[in-house]
Amino acid sequence: MTGDAEGREQLERWAELFALAPPPAPEVAEKRRRGLLGRLRENLSKPRQTISPQIAGIFAGTLITSDTWDELEEALITADCGMDASLALVERLRAQEAEGRITNGQELARALATEVARDMAPEPPKLEIAHDPTVILVVGVNGSGKTTTVGKLAHRLAQLDQKVVIGAADTFRAAAIDQLAVWAERSGASLVRQAPGADPGAVAYDAVASGKARGADVVIIDTAGRLQTQRNLMDELRKVRGVIDKALPGAPHHTLLVLDATTGQNGLSQAQLFDEAIDLSGVVITKLDGTSRGGIAVAIHQTLKLPVAVVGVGEKLEDLQPFDARAYAGAIFTAE
Amino acid sequence: MFDALSDKLQGVFAGLKARGKLTEADIDKAMRAIRLSLLEADVSLPVVKQLTKAISERAHGSDVMTSLTPDQQVVKIVNEELTRLMGESSVGMPMSPRPPTIVLMAGLQGSGKTTCCAKLARHYQQQGRAPMMIACDVHRPAAAQQLAVLGEQIGVPVYKEDGGTDAVAIATRGVAQARAAARDLVIVDTAGRIVIDEAMMAELVQVRDAVSPTAVVLVLDAMTGQDSVNVASAFQEAVNFDGVVLTKLDGDARGGAALSVRAVTGRPIFFVGMGEKVDALEPFHPDRMASRILGMGDVLSLIEKAEQTVDVDDAKDLQKKMTSGQMTLEDFLVQMKQVRKMGPLGQLLGMVPGFKALAKGQDVQVDEGRLDRIEAIIHSMTPHERRRPDVINGSRRRRIAIGSGTTVQEVNQLLSQFQQMKKLMKRMGKGGFPSLPTA
Ligand SMILES: Nc1nc2c(ncn2[C@@H]2O[C@H](COP(=O)(O)OP(=O)(O)OP(=O)(O)O)[C@@H](O)[C@H]2O)c(=O)[nH]1
Ligand SMILES: [Mg+2]
Repeated sequence: MTGDAEGREQLERWAELFALAPPPAPEVAEKRRRGLLGRLRENLSKPRQTISPQIAGIFAGTLITSDTWDELEEALITADCGMDASLALVERLRAQEAEGRITNGQELARALATEVARDMAPEPPKLEIAHDPTVILVVGVNGSGKTTTVGKLAHRLAQLDQKVVIGAADTFRAAAIDQLAVWAERSGASLVRQAPGADPGAVAYDAVASGKARGADVVIIDTAGRLQTQRNLMDELRKVRGVIDKALPGAPHHTLLVLDATTGQNGLSQAQLFDEAIDLSGVVITKLDGTSRGGIAVAIHQTLKLPVAVVGVGEKLEDLQPFDARAYAGAIFTAE
Repeated sequence: MFDALSDKLQGVFAGLKARGKLTEADIDKAMRAIRLSLLEADVSLPVVKQLTKAISERAHGSDVMTSLTPDQQVVKIVNEELTRLMGESSVGMPMSPRPPTIVLMAGLQGSGKTTCCAKLARHYQQQGRAPMMIACDVHRPAAAQQLAVLGEQIGVPVYKEDGGTDAVAIATRGVAQARAAARDLVIVDTAGRIVIDEAMMAELVQVRDAVSPTAVVLVLDAMTGQDSVNVASAFQEAVNFDGVVLTKLDGDARGGAALSVRAVTGRPIFFVGMGEKVDALEPFHPDRMASRILGMGDVLSLIEKAEQTVDVDDAKDLQKKMTSGQMTLEDFLVQMKQVRKMGPLGQLLGMVPGFKALAKGQDVQVDEGRLDRIEAIIHSMTPHERRRPDVINGSRRRRIAIGSGTTVQEVNQLLSQFQQMKKLMKRMGKGGFPSLPTA
């Protein structure tokens, strides 16, 4: 993997995300950053219908008409951006057109991607590994992709020579611990687990304590899926967070909400209520290899200013990428 | 999170009534409100367009324009159109006249297939069938193990092959074993897949062809957004599913995806998932789903739940006691347990129209822990104390607090609240209007 230029370039981007030293230089002269748009597409493990014919139609136009704006609004809504975020985007682009900065479909496509990218990530995303150990708490609704994301993150960290401990704090779902154990093995991380039904807080505490004792660089805690409206389960999560802070003052250093790209407007409620409960630091969008565009992340960013840290693009160990706002906006909205 | 459509329409029509007559422009405004409301509920855009067109035609042709309550008229039309689109009544999952009935589960990753298998198995087991489940998800780590654990929980056998990689072979052998064991319902769990993964879609088709299912069920997450239409069409094209189970409806998702899938594929929704536990499966009611999508509460479900759990004679008895001021803490305990049996109180209150709006879109929060403590306190009293709370003096209070793991303060609080409640009830019984509690 690290042998070829491709893998190396990817690892460099991971090192940037984690604020870690880049991997040692290879003998082969590496080609520098390729086209941003190309990268996300290429990395998608499966062929993806990147663009709906509808959107392609808008951007093929040589003229901007009033229909263009209606169609654009609809395209954004169809991508799950939600009414508010969609209207706000259209307004800003219309203003640019009024100033004569957008005159055809292609320029519109570019401007849209620029707007979204600037909104969502004025700076490259960060998930700094800077503590001894850095603790990452992973949360989300049922089935969003938490466990898989934990495994993939551990893999990337291990590739950058980080010692990783994973805490199996989903003690509720059937065989959740077994599932995580497979990911721990695949990524070479050590797993801290207790019996099914054990107190998730106790597992989280154990994991952090064990991470400290073993001199781990990173501790990642997987939690049980829960709907954001389940008060008792959200309280439980609050407690888990508190326990982690007790085990290591200041931890967790990152609290990530894992969000399925197919999620519609309920994603806003998810982000809001998880944020209220445990103060989120970022979002992970999973399943971007599917047909959904994950536009809800745009809406979430607009209302909560929560940055996207990484995105999931498949079910394999490697199918995770640092969030690249331009590539994301491009892959979602532009026709090429 | 979102305003109910009725609130929105009230806003649109407010002030217009004074003018006495609605104009075309007013109706257009109402249609925009409907469009927004449906999109917020994740109804997919093509379906929204189709619906607003039908609604607008009816609104123009009807007496909405001259009505005194145009907002209610419009809500009624919208509700009817939605219900019609959703299918008129609830449809059961087909069962084969010649057992075994074979059910194939399909869906995206994380939609809830495995849990759903167990829920279906348990549901039909309770109706006297002998289910068996087959674990054909060879892709997600520990998926087969998850099904095995669930099977054990509900006492339903599971066929799985450790280290197996061929879903088609496992399905075939599993069904053969189910037949040999004379099981009359076979539920085949499969891996989640994205619809553009051709190899994975082909695998699903092969599994279907190998087991010839009585029904193919699409498992759909209620939180799905605009993509629901693509997903449903792709699964319909590949395996021609017969119906849908809508999962995770216990949250605050409006579930517009259900409407979209129904509209685009014509397939009914068999069941809805209402929680993580294996018994959280309920039949689907189109009319209730319609009001949910419109954010108008779900009174019918509430009434049905109450009918299922509350004994009518008991209730009458209790009412008599309440209004004559003879209610005891024992009666109170029984009543509280009955209400709680209907489900988490927050969920129940969420079904009351307007309640979500009152709670500002937040889920209605009920402190279930506090209710647990109240139950514990009453449990720690002697029968005599429950009937005559006035005998509970200081030392008894301490004993009760220790016995229930609570504090004397909490015991005091419960006793004084109970007294207040009794007074209030008695006054209501005498026909006096209860004054609002001040503290
Ligand atoms: N196609 C695709 N599938 C994914 C991705 N991430 C996760 N999945 C799949 O989604 C399903 C659910 O993933 P999990 O990691 O088990 O999700 P979870 O949030 O831990 O689920 P619970 O713990 O049950 O709440 C699995 O089948 C994963 O393989 C992704 O980026 N792309
Ligand atoms: Mg998990």
